[in-house]
Amino acid sequence: MTELLSVVSTLLVVSGGLFVLVGGIGLLRFPDLFTRMHAASVTDAMGPLLILGGLMLEAGWSLATAKLLIILVFFLFTTPTATYALANAATLAGAAKKSSGTSDKKDA
Amino acid sequence: MLHVAAIAIFVTMALALARALLGPSIFDRILAANMFGTKVVLLLAVLAFFQDRPDFLDLALAYALINFIGVLAVLEFFQSRLRRQARPSAGEGGQ
Repeated sequence: MTELLSVVSTLLVVSGGLFVLVGGIGLLRFPDLFTRMHAASVTDAMGPLLILGGLMLEAGWSLATAKLLIILVFFLFTTPTATYALANAATLAGAAKKSSGTSDKKDA
Repeated sequence: MLHVAAIAIFVTMALALARALLGPSIFDRILAANMFGTKVVLLLAVLAFFQDRPDFLDLALAYALINFIGVLAVLEFFQSRLRRQARPSAGEGGQ
């Protein structure tokens, strides 16, 4: 049972690291702001879920599991909020300037 | 196998930092900074188990709180600045 938990925990943590890496590559290489937000949402959704879930399985029933659960629930609430606020601000900025360029170098 | 995840998170933090330096718009930089903060929290959680120091989890929780508030504050700052730029006469007429 303990070996099974350890194997599942390792699997979860490593696959979480894979998701995080894929999202990071997408954040660097995608062409547009909204496609980059799509790539970042991959890491924000699957990364904490898999990595913190795997760590929870490794910790067992302890205070560390409770803390990890609190961090995970906090992430699950704040990530959509931050993504919505970012998309809303970017949309408003694009509508205000009436152009596709929202570069910060122009208005400096 | 925790170091595999830690290395993946480190590489992703470097990529997010590159995007924050390159990113053409303000929002690309904010997105990259937000992602960097998220990865710091994950790295702290992994590091807590890697070094067997569970007090790092408290740091991770505090960093998650600060990161969220900070991103929202910066977004609100730029949004209100853009609102003022869009209607330059409204501020003078209203006050």
